[in-house]
Amino acid sequence: MMNEEKVIIFQLKDEEYAVPVQHVKSIERMQPITRIPRTVSFVKGVINLRGVVTPIIDLRSRFEIEEVSHTDTTRIIIVSVGTIEAGLIVDAANDVIDLDKESIEPPPEVVGGVDAEYIQGVAKIEKRLLILLDLVKVLNPEKLDVQPTKESIH
Amino acid sequence: MEMTQYLDIFIEESKEHLQSINQQVLLLEKTPGELSIVNEIFRSAHTLKGMSATMGYEDLANLTHCMENVLDAIRNNKLDVSSSVLDVLFASLDHLEAMVVEISEGGSGKRDVAETVKELEALEKGEVPRSMQVEANKEAGSLQDYDQYEKQIIIQSKEQGFHAYELSISLREDCILKAARVYMVFEVIEQIGEIIKTLPAVDMLETEQFGTHFTLSILTKESAGNVKERILKVSEVDAVEVIDIKADQLNISSNSEREENDKLEQLEVSPQDKKSEVQQTSNAGSSGKTIRVNIERLDQLMNLFEELVIDRGRLEEISKSLKSMELNETVERMSRVSGDLQNIILTMRMVPVEQVFNRFPRMIRGLAKDLGKKVNLEIVGAETELDRTVIDEIGDPLVHLLRNSIDHGIENPGVRSSKGKNETGTIYLRAFHSGNHVFIEIQDDGAGINKQKVLSKAIENGILTKEMSENLTDTQCFELLFASGFSTADVVSDISGRGVGLDVVKNKIESLGGSITVDSTEGSGTIFSIQLPLTLSIMSVMLVEISREKYAIPLSSIIETAIIRKEEILSAHNQKVIDFRGKVVPLVNMKDIFEVPGSTGSGQHVPVVVVRKGDKMAALVVDSFIGQQEIVLKSLGQYLTSVFAISGATILGDGQVALILDCNALIK
Repeated sequence: MMNEEKVIIFQLKDEEYAVPVQHVKSIERMQPITRIPRTVSFVKGVINLRGVVTPIIDLRSRFEIEEVSHTDTTRIIIVSVGTIEAGLIVDAANDVIDLDKESIEPPPEVVGGVDAEYIQGVAKIEKRLLILLDLVKVLNPEKLDVQPTKESIH
Repeated sequence: MEMTQYLDIFIEESKEHLQSINQQVLLLEKTPGELSIVNEIFRSAHTLKGMSATMGYEDLANLTHCMENVLDAIRNNKLDVSSSVLDVLFASLDHLEAMVVEISEGGSGKRDVAETVKELEALEKGEVPRSMQVEANKEAGSLQDYDQYEKQIIIQSKEQGFHAYELSISLREDCILKAARVYMVFEVIEQIGEIIKTLPAVDMLETEQFGTHFTLSILTKESAGNVKERILKVSEVDAVEVIDIKADQLNISSNSEREENDKLEQLEVSPQDKKSEVQQTSNAGSSGKTIRVNIERLDQLMNLFEELVIDRGRLEEISKSLKSMELNETVERMSRVSGDLQNIILTMRMVPVEQVFNRFPRMIRGLAKDLGKKVNLEIVGAETELDRTVIDEIGDPLVHLLRNSIDHGIENPGVRSSKGKNETGTIYLRAFHSGNHVFIEIQDDGAGINKQKVLSKAIENGILTKEMSENLTDTQCFELLFASGFSTADVVSDISGRGVGLDVVKNKIESLGGSITVDSTEGSGTIFSIQLPLTLSIMSVMLVEISREKYAIPLSSIIETAIIRKEEILSAHNQKVIDFRGKVVPLVNMKDIFEVPGSTGSGQHVPVVVVRKGDKMAALVVDSFIGQQEIVLKSLGQYLTSVFAISGATILGDGQVALILDCNALIK
């Protein structure tokens, strides 16, 4: 039993990804997002999550997969890692399963175009290939350091 | 007994009592004769003793007990409030504070207080603490102070034919085992009589905590000469001086003692009065009854209330569209009630800055003593209220600034008098409300800031080039003090100038949503002025629309809003400017700055919001004004820490998030 981990499975383009359930606070439907000016493109803005202002990241954009318009199945997965809390826009959130830790293999060089950097490992369950995300790296705020593109007045 | 549940209360209350003792002792220093202050200290110490004994912190209880004895002696006029007494009291307070801090950090509250206890005991016996002993020895020869009991014994013994002598015994300078010699002297005397009092106390003699000189009071039937001879037989005893204690001397003082006792009785005759006095003073301190509430609960309450405000906004919209009279009225009433509720919740989180200021007089006293300077701290407006969260954070920066003022600002007494200033420097610590802000000022009448020194230091540290330094204004020059890696102290001292400079102070204050400025006149002083938001959680803003996005501009930075005509926009050095009340103000197009999608409005009239930062201004071009609103400030979270020109967010009535503009970032 100790070797099993509950994971939430979501879809991004044609691939299925997994994040440990203890990092997931909730799954929300798509809602209006307030844009934040002059930040990196994958940060779509912030939403009001029951009184808490929560930043929203478009995972497609984060992994440099082409963006699509949001559909009925589009979900925001609210995750929290350490003190950081953020929402991830995914194409669909499908399933919760128990994953045998022994079935997790180290990541191959390239999986579905996502940099191996963000991947903790892959797991094969029956015919499905699950990509386990390394949320700490995905949510690394250092990636946010962008220079202001325009100078304000002097 | 299970005490942990009381631990928090114990710690909180101990801190309060210590704070109050601290304050009162300082007051006592200024007015040594004031017995009501001593009583006040006594009460606090007594409560503290009781509490710590109940909680099982023996060292704490022990030390307070000794303090209490000393205070009792002061109260009964047996002991004068001298600077040495105060020093020992302060030392004990330091110990007590350290112990309470340790307990609050989960420690056992144990601490070696034997030394201070001894000093207190010595004081209580009317002796001068060890540190002062050398001076005291010079005055030896005069009679010791005897308490009622000792006097009684002396008088009775005399009646039975005993002699009472006071022996001043000096050991040789090169005496190695002083304790052994003392022991031998004791042996000798015990053969012929009885020792009734020693100075210093016996345990101090036994642990060799004295110079070469000690005094004994003895009762014996032997003659003075005989006693002297016997003691001189003990080797390494240099000299013995024997003074006969005359009964009449004692009688005179015991008379006065009796009077004092009478006085005491008088005091105790009316415990009822005393009690009512106690109640009065405590009433003056805090009006009405209070309970302690965890700040987290208040935060929760605030959060819930915010939810309510958002729902209220929705209800208002719904009732407008339904146009039902009854619903309208109900919603309106609810709005009013929730407005009142908001005020109450906000004021619940407010505490007077006194809580922070309280510890400063003590600190200043210590620092001034260490540095050999004379400093007087004047506190004005300690009752000014600030949000609890700000209070918690503002302490350290203020400590830093005060240390700075004493170390770099106030000159040595010699320098001051040669400049024709009062030897005692004054530091003013002021707090006051102004609009939506609280100002805290620290002003000293010291040397002021040496501009040249600042400039050369800045050039030396590479903060500034020589060319740049030439046309700096005074303000710009003083601003350099806040640059990181800047410290003007020539010598790094313990007090300030340890490399962590004013930049840390500035960062801290800015992180609280405040600002700090400095102004100085060389030779006559420096003033640091801190501006802080009244509360961190609620502010008044002007909501504006830029394309379809809503932004909130803090009212505190808005000068006014205006609608200008396109023709009024001028161009200077590729920068669009407007003429605003005779001043040329640069125009900032928010749509460009924030890269807002959508086309630029083509109307003839341009709405602008004129904002300021210090004495600089800018006119922000927006699309429309929505109106003024009280909003709840929310942080953007840990993920988005440095967003350009955005200081936070808020949730509007319709549940949407609006961003709050940081005007300081827009004006450079």
